[in-house]
Amino acid sequence: MLKIENLQAEIDGKSILKGLNIAVNAGEVHAIMGPNGAGKSTLANIIAGKEDYEVTAGSIELNGEDISELAPEERAHNGVFLSFQYPVEIPGVSVTNFIKTAINETRKAKGLEDMPAKDMLKMIREKSELLEIDRKFLSRSLNEGFSGGEKKRNEIFQMAMLEPKLAILDETDSGLDIDALRIVANGVNKLKSKDNAVIVITHYQRLLDYIVPDFVHVLHDGKIVKSGDASLALELEAKGYDWIKQELV
Amino acid sequence: MKYTEEQLEEELKTQEYKYGFYTDIESDTFPVGLNEEVVRAISKKKNEPEWMTEWRLEAFRVWEQMEEPEWANVHYEKPKFQDIAYYSAPKKKPKLNSLDEVDPELLDTFKRLGISLDEQKKLANVAVDIVMDSVSVATTFKKTLGEKGIIFMPISEAIQEHPELVKKYLGTVVPTKDNFYAALNSAVFSDGSFCYIPKGVKCPMELSTYFRINEGGTGQFERTLVVADKGSYVSYLEGCTAPSRDENQLHAAVVELIAMDDAEIKYSTVQNWYPGNKQGKGGVYNFVTKRGLCEKNAKISWTQVETGSAVTWKYPSCVLKGDNSVGEFYSIAVTNNFQQADTGTKMIHLGKNTKSTIISKGISAGKSQNSYRGLVQINARAENARNFSQCDSLLMGNECGAHTFPYIEAKNKSAQIEHEATTSKIGEEQLFYCNQRGIDTEKAIALIVNGFSKEVLNKLPMEFAVEAQKLLEISLEGSVG
Repeated sequence: MLKIENLQAEIDGKSILKGLNIAVNAGEVHAIMGPNGAGKSTLANIIAGKEDYEVTAGSIELNGEDISELAPEERAHNGVFLSFQYPVEIPGVSVTNFIKTAINETRKAKGLEDMPAKDMLKMIREKSELLEIDRKFLSRSLNEGFSGGEKKRNEIFQMAMLEPKLAILDETDSGLDIDALRIVANGVNKLKSKDNAVIVITHYQRLLDYIVPDFVHVLHDGKIVKSGDASLALELEAKGYDWIKQELV
Repeated sequence: MKYTEEQLEEELKTQEYKYGFYTDIESDTFPVGLNEEVVRAISKKKNEPEWMTEWRLEAFRVWEQMEEPEWANVHYEKPKFQDIAYYSAPKKKPKLNSLDEVDPELLDTFKRLGISLDEQKKLANVAVDIVMDSVSVATTFKKTLGEKGIIFMPISEAIQEHPELVKKYLGTVVPTKDNFYAALNSAVFSDGSFCYIPKGVKCPMELSTYFRINEGGTGQFERTLVVADKGSYVSYLEGCTAPSRDENQLHAAVVELIAMDDAEIKYSTVQNWYPGNKQGKGGVYNFVTKRGLCEKNAKISWTQVETGSAVTWKYPSCVLKGDNSVGEFYSIAVTNNFQQADTGTKMIHLGKNTKSTIISKGISAGKSQNSYRGLVQINARAENARNFSQCDSLLMGNECGAHTFPYIEAKNKSAQIEHEATTSKIGEEQLFYCNQRGIDTEKAIALIVNGFSKEVLNKLPMEFAVEAQKLLEISLEGSVG
């Protein structure tokens, strides 16, 4: 599904990723953990195509196609979804209107007609039930005045609606209380299939109690320095990141 | 009942064509310059009664003594008033045989605005067929309106056919000496619309310049007078979303609204005059005076979507004379490239328990300057007057400007005045968020701008709102790199 080789990237001349490799297959859940400033969010943004970063070497392949030159919306059309750590507000644009636009723009890019309103409505109903979202919520302006939990739930709702091939969840657990965390994680688990893949970026083990990863990678100083199964996350939780740092010396 | 384009087409399909295709419009233009002789000649050309000629002359004499205002936050080369021709019969544009001969850029814009093929032909001056022929439309409209006693006709005709009404109300809301441009307009106005709604009548359709009874070419000095008699209601639409190209650089229109006791006037405008090219060359100067008078329990709502003109100077206002009267102003002003707009409103509270609402949304892009200028005035005997103002500005890029000049004068202690203002910028983060969801940057800007403008767009009549929305998109195209 996703194959990243020797990825090097910088922002304003400062090197952030320094030769990163990762391969994610369909049906897998990968967790990327690491201390603050390791480059976790940078990686998420670069996969999604944010232009602030300059990729200086390496490749990003999605299903065999190099996507590193594609515009962010084209990557989205190819099935990349990023659940943002800090979702932005768009005043006056309802959640429904936003998701409708996103779906229809993606369909347009694929040469399809707009989704019929009836189908859209049915889908919205199903997915909002899945994530225990109140229908009233859908008419509110996107992220405006949303609580931290509402924002994250809304991200996962959009993910459910867009049905991406590769979903990257950037610190989705931050700002969530335990109930919201459970709902969001349940949502993600229900959306998982053998045809899609999920990358969970997190600082803490907590989320991984609910979304159990097949692989755990530790990102430190712009590189994956250690990989393992779900037990690695528990070990990190117990020993802290200093343990990894020391091991590297 | 709303009169949709489909209904209109349907009705017209079944009609016999009665009026011949196209009559040559006589085209004559006065020599340049303005003096009493020219004013008299304009009046004579229109076969106006003596009182009208005198009214124009008085305005001219006042105008001569006046100075062009300079307080607005706009900079332009002042028109040379003696170099303008003040009378020009509707210009005959070259008639084209098919849409293939029309400027493809113009056609593309029409298409994206969702303007029907027939309407496209009409706007691009292609020989029109029966469907959109103005005479047939006029006939259909006049019949329906006539049954209700509603008068809707060119003001030049109204001066002939209903002199008593025109004489009674013309210049009562915007006096000839009100300001420089109003005085100029009063002296030389070419044509415009007159509308009268009798007592207690609710006008059954939106009166629209889109299906206008008087054919275009009313020129640069347009005069509109709308009188809603006691307890009546009318919704009036002015302008068109299609781009209006005009060789006349100076436009100075006057609009007067009179809402008598318990009457309501809703006046919606979409203004899309040529804004000049991307380098800021050319473009229309739009200096407009619009004002409405509310008697007891009356209500006037101004809604405007301003996307055109190189320079705009425009303050649709309400004089809340009667007790319990209500004034509203909803505005979206978009400026791009080198456009400059100084627009807003005046709410003059004279009566008791009068209420006004101002919602202004300014969107600036490119190197443009967008100013809101508003006055809320509460007079001494206006007990319990209330005003709410909200001015929001949205900036795109780093080279444009948004300015807010709110003036408040309260002479009565019981007044309640609220003012809110925000300035925001379309951020890279917002755009990236939209991009990440598969929405490209152009579409993302449209989405954000429409969200920003929603409160005002919602006030427009349905069909107009859809077009206005598309117009906003087109006006801002290419404004974020």
